[in-house]
Amino acid sequence: MTNWEAVIGIETHVELQTRSKMFCGCEVNFSADPNTTVCPVCLALPGALPVPNEEAIEGILKIGAALDCELVESSLFHRKNYFYPDLPKNYQISQYDVPLCVDGHIDIDVDGEEARVGITRVHMEEDTGKSLHGSDTGRIHDADHSLLDFNRSGVPLVEIVSEPDIRSPEQARAYAAELQRVVRALGVSDVRLEEGSVRFDANISVRPAGQAEFGTRTEVKNMNSLRSLQRAIAYEIQRQIGVIEGNGEIVQETRHWNEDSGATSSMRSKEESEDYRYFQEPDLVPLHVDGEWRDRVFAGLPELPSARRKRIVAAGVEPQAAATLVEAGDLADLFDHAVSLGADRKQIANWLTGEVVAHLRRNEVALADTGLSAAHLNELGSLVGEGALSSTAAKEVLGHVLSGEGSPREVAAARDLTQISDQTALDAEVDAVLAANPDVVERLRSGDMKPIGFVVGQVMKATRGKADPKLVSELVRSKTQGD
Amino acid sequence: MTDLADLSIAEAGAGLRRGDFSSVELTDAALTRAGVTESHLHAYLTLDQHGARAAATAADQALAAGEDHGPLHGIPLAVKDNMVTRGMETTAGSKILSGYVPPYNATVVDRLSAKRAVILGKTNLDEFAMGSSTENSAYGPTRNPWDTDRVPGGSSGGSAAAVSVGSALGALGSDTGGSIRQPAAMCGLVGVKPTYGVVSRYGLIAFASSLDQIGPFARSVGDAASLLEAVAGYDPRDATSYRGDTPEISTLLDSGVAGMRIGVLAELSGDGIDPQIQDACRRMYDALADAGAELKEVSLPATEYALSAYYLIAPAEASANLARFDGVRYGLRVDGETTEEMMAASRAEGFGPEVARRILLGTYALSAGYYDAFYGQAQKVRTLLRNEFAATYEEVDVIVSPTSPTTAFAIGEKTADPLSMYFADVCTIASNLAGDPSGSVPVGLDAEGLPIGFQIMAPALHEAQLFRLAAEVERLARFDARPALATSEVKPA
Repeated sequence: MTNWEAVIGIETHVELQTRSKMFCGCEVNFSADPNTTVCPVCLALPGALPVPNEEAIEGILKIGAALDCELVESSLFHRKNYFYPDLPKNYQISQYDVPLCVDGHIDIDVDGEEARVGITRVHMEEDTGKSLHGSDTGRIHDADHSLLDFNRSGVPLVEIVSEPDIRSPEQARAYAAELQRVVRALGVSDVRLEEGSVRFDANISVRPAGQAEFGTRTEVKNMNSLRSLQRAIAYEIQRQIGVIEGNGEIVQETRHWNEDSGATSSMRSKEESEDYRYFQEPDLVPLHVDGEWRDRVFAGLPELPSARRKRIVAAGVEPQAAATLVEAGDLADLFDHAVSLGADRKQIANWLTGEVVAHLRRNEVALADTGLSAAHLNELGSLVGEGALSSTAAKEVLGHVLSGEGSPREVAAARDLTQISDQTALDAEVDAVLAANPDVVERLRSGDMKPIGFVVGQVMKATRGKADPKLVSELVRSKTQGD
Repeated sequence: MTDLADLSIAEAGAGLRRGDFSSVELTDAALTRAGVTESHLHAYLTLDQHGARAAATAADQALAAGEDHGPLHGIPLAVKDNMVTRGMETTAGSKILSGYVPPYNATVVDRLSAKRAVILGKTNLDEFAMGSSTENSAYGPTRNPWDTDRVPGGSSGGSAAAVSVGSALGALGSDTGGSIRQPAAMCGLVGVKPTYGVVSRYGLIAFASSLDQIGPFARSVGDAASLLEAVAGYDPRDATSYRGDTPEISTLLDSGVAGMRIGVLAELSGDGIDPQIQDACRRMYDALADAGAELKEVSLPATEYALSAYYLIAPAEASANLARFDGVRYGLRVDGETTEEMMAASRAEGFGPEVARRILLGTYALSAGYYDAFYGQAQKVRTLLRNEFAATYEEVDVIVSPTSPTTAFAIGEKTADPLSMYFADVCTIASNLAGDPSGSVPVGLDAEGLPIGFQIMAPALHEAQLFRLAAEVERLARFDARPALATSEVKPA
């Protein structure tokens, strides 16, 4: 029985969210009516010429820098020739042998096992328009007509090509997720898989463990979520192993992932694959990125997700909580801000990853749409520290702050949740519970401290949770442990 | 009295400002000339009489109001039909763009309009500027005003014929391998291809992007300079547009050639060049030496491979540039069972045989397994040629040669043999590959009364030197012959 090893490389396309398109001044707007953000350039009218968008170049340089790539001083645009109705020039302006960014990497972590995935290259290209096929299935073969929308034509597209360093579907998912986090942290794309602003293609082969050469690979397309990426790769690995073990041969081809059937199917073989006839784009001059520009890009990088997680863990937060904070960048921003105001790190992290995340999920709202601020978190921490709020009451207050009822102090006052930390106020309550339970008093006096929890609980009940349990416990001790 | 259509741009400008006549009268004179000569020549694909008169009226009003937009103000001009004009049909001489009306203007068209020039219409050309005779137009050939049985040269044959016969006072053409200079030579005109990047290509329907350049046709060197000055200059919509200061053009027209170092190109002095053309050029070399220039023979061995390199690079770029004509968004559509069949049928029906030939040639040259041997090798020749030019310009200020190996040839003479037609560009192609400015000035007539062109090449951005020598050649040649057809007395055919 052969032990098989999978070899996986991932190509990722990221649409940049720039103000204008890659080679013309048209607005990038995914919600505009069809064919309203178009011009002679992105419609490829006769005579129109491309002019590169500096904001997009800046965006790809940021991605390259964040992936620890070398930013190439002089890179070239090429034409990739193929006929397709939603590609108006019938060639795509892309990069070929001299891309903007080369030789980077991403570090990933699957269940505590770390791995480094090399980044071969990051290059700039333009997106195509969209075809809508007039058929019941939405597929071109059954259509009696097709509609074309060129709003997306010419939107800046960054392609990130990994080395074949990935060995499992889980690693592939971790790679894709981390790449998404990095791009999101840079603020250059909205990174929404469902809307196609990030697209993954996977190159997959299998080989007997220990063998140096790669097996024949297939390219799998059409995964539109991290989950489907992982599923598709897992399926394709098993399919390939099955073919080989059945004495079959893997055909080098492009395969289509079908989410519903959970299987891949052949799209086109290598023989049918196009000769793209790449040649240097004569309408553009070589793109120069001088040292000053490169330095500026590196210097301007925000703290990246991996560094941020490490820093937050080093500050005493559990790794899982740190990951949750960083996953949604705005939570980590709020965390950092609150901590800078002096709040307790662990407490803030617990609230953010507990009550806050739960609230956001339950109400399907974004953090920015809640009433919560760093100052609120800090105030909440102070109220607990002062003994004015129990930890239980604090969570309740937090919920109301999230709902926009005001600051923690205001909520606690309005809802009468402030803790009773006044000894005289609690004396009577403790006395009443002790008087009603002489057997408990007896045990306490004899040195059996187990029932103390029972007494504290009764007092909490009587005060509707407002008593400070620590103070109650001290009172019980002093009242039963000898005068 | 001279017919207004026969005035130079400079003379017409002076007359307009003196009030001798109006732009409307000048425009009508050119339109009248077109009215009697078009049936002989077919220089125009579109004549916009209404638009031209309206522009002329506006130009007259502006001048009367004291607004003077310079040498082209009120001057009726023609534009080759591969430059897009908003609201005016633009076909590039191809059936695939029959009826296509662009929604925007080429930068050069906007610049001419901003200078208050009057655009008469769009001139005929070889389909997508691919050809050397204007016989490849899908709308029929243009004929040479000097002999209507002969070609006007190409691909800008319509512009050349119109300016030559007086149905325009000047015109714009485009030059990818000689398409301005060769027809200028064959029609007795001044024609200039500027340095690559000096004139914006935005709105020029691309043939070969790294070679295409727009330039002027005129009946005098001074007029050509005025036209070029009007359209030259950086354009942010063309990424290959030259970003530095626009080179000087007309500053040295009166400087003479004393001390100018002129290289006579050895490779274009002998075999393959009509002896009468060789003689005419030699007489001009002597005259220039007498005028104080220093002449010496120079050699650019790589020019031997220039033609071959050109016929790989230009078709390769064209094969991608013309891919957009697919029947999907505009132009001719021939229905098919599938999208692919529709595209293929539209292209098969829409492109003429020469265009199809070059698309196939270019596609082949770029194909996997052939790229290095063909396109890659051609790019190396291009680099070699540039290096040789650079080294030669260490020794001389300009290089001269004949513009064309022959005077105008007979219609149909070369259509059956594409290679002999390609050879018509042998003198002009090197400047396109190098990206350098180059112009043609008429220096005489051959025994059959056909014009002979003298080519001047200069280093990139040294247009001023090119025009300096051109002006001296013009003074020495005293070429003032006009075709017999250049009169409004001619009867329409």
